[in-house]
Amino acid sequence: MNLGNGLAMDLAMKFGKRRAIAIVALSLSIWTAFTLWTALTFAAGATPGANAGRDIAANCAACHGTDGRSRGAMPSLAGRDPRVIVQSIADFRDGRRASTVMGQLAKGYTDDQIESVAAYFGAQAKP
Amino acid sequence: MSAPRPGTSERVRWRREFLRIAGASLAAAAVGSHSRASWAASPRVVVVGAGYGGATAAKYIRKWSGGKIDVTVVEREAAFVSCPVSNLVIGGSRTLADITVPFDGLVQWGARIVHDEAVDIDPVARSIKLRRGDGLSYDRLILSPGVDFIYDDIPSLRTAEAQARAPHAWKAGPQTVLLRAQLEAMADGGVFAIHIPKAPFRCPPAPYERACQVAHYFSTHKKKSRIIVLDSNEEIQSKKALFANAWESLYKGYIDYRPNSALVDVDFATRTLQLDFENVKADVINVIPPQRAGAIARRLGMANANDRFCQVDFLTYESTAQRGIHVLGDAIQVAPLMPKSGHMANQQAKVCAAAIVALLSGEVVNPTPIMANACYSYIDDKQAGHVTSVHAYDSAQKTMIVAPGSGGVSQTATESDGVFADAWAHNIWADMLL
Repeated sequence: MNLGNGLAMDLAMKFGKRRAIAIVALSLSIWTAFTLWTALTFAAGATPGANAGRDIAANCAACHGTDGRSRGAMPSLAGRDPRVIVQSIADFRDGRRASTVMGQLAKGYTDDQIESVAAYFGAQAKP
Repeated sequence: MSAPRPGTSERVRWRREFLRIAGASLAAAAVGSHSRASWAASPRVVVVGAGYGGATAAKYIRKWSGGKIDVTVVEREAAFVSCPVSNLVIGGSRTLADITVPFDGLVQWGARIVHDEAVDIDPVARSIKLRRGDGLSYDRLILSPGVDFIYDDIPSLRTAEAQARAPHAWKAGPQTVLLRAQLEAMADGGVFAIHIPKAPFRCPPAPYERACQVAHYFSTHKKKSRIIVLDSNEEIQSKKALFANAWESLYKGYIDYRPNSALVDVDFATRTLQLDFENVKADVINVIPPQRAGAIARRLGMANANDRFCQVDFLTYESTAQRGIHVLGDAIQVAPLMPKSGHMANQQAKVCAAAIVALLSGEVVNPTPIMANACYSYIDDKQAGHVTSVHAYDSAQKTMIVAPGSGGVSQTATESDGVFADAWAHNIWADMLL
């Protein structure tokens, strides 16, 4: 805050109040635009958790197939609506829907983890 | 009042100031954002052993690196033969062909398969020596060799000839077929004895599933024959209620379970298993010996848990004794309540693959890996039960801990679990190899 105030006062003294506001506003909008652009462009990048959906989907793959493309009795999850996946897992977990193993497994994951894995499956091509 | 209109020198100063601040904003945004992967020049990974751990790791490294990492797999066998479901071959309801998958799929993923055996490692030069072919150099080495058997305390079983007379059938393949053939050749009214070593051993429920499969065979084909289960442990090691229920109902009178029955030796002349306090005669003898990490993973001090299994960093599966060498599957010293199972090896392999792709591309290793276990056991040719658990990394304890409230175990077998068990096998084989 001190730094911000100092910079604003410095700019205001140099260029007057209006120009100072314009400079700060322009700089902020450039910063925001660039941050958004890089976040979208490199979404699969280096920050921890960036691959959370992919890595949790790999938990499911042993029974539901790689990237959710199943070859047997377990349903394929690739290309399914993420909201439906999230709701199904919540129903298994909370006992609203009967299951053999899914209720037991669903209890091991947080809501965030379930959201991220559902988003990953939703983004895969349907089998 | 507006500020006075700046003169030329002021305009220049204004522009310079604007550029400075805009530049700083760009720099700040770049630093705060995600960075692009920076790949080492053609990184190489060598995987030793193409079972549940190694094959999965090879495929997922190819997949997740977008083909940027060169992967070579060293494997002794011509095709993959699954340990899970192999008890059904012994029981007679499946064939070896049903549990065999070729390695072609890994080649499709761009992995190179070398049918050879890794015999030594140079951790400084980062290369491995093969029994027949030229050595291979690596940036990261993955060892997934499974287990070797320890015959130290069973003197009569130290020769290959004796091991064929009392097959372990604890590695799927010729031994599985051999044990099946011995059961088929046995006259009705005979006795099958299975000996179980002290835990830990590969696949905790499998000896009890095997007893069920042989009981299924006897109860449908050799009704006068009996089974004696000699367990070194004090009780059934996994899915206790499931097996105990099957033995009490479906197989009543067929199975004689004897806990605390450690083997001293086998007398082949009289076909007798010698225990501490009794001798047990049997027509078909199945001794499952104690186990330790496969030989290649015991080199270089890597078997640093009781000289048997390999301690690893659960974020990367890198050996705690050797940098750049990762160990997977039954060869590792497991985390609490983590079974030595094919399913766990598959899950460990993906954590390891993600970590290696991150390490070789200059990205951050996932600090909070999570994995699931689902393990089915058949009690006959159709019905099965399961055990499940979810294991999450605990950064304070630096190990995998069962997620509170997760998991469960069947009390009785069902046909629906039998259907899922079969689908599980086909999906996990495809997840590893196709």
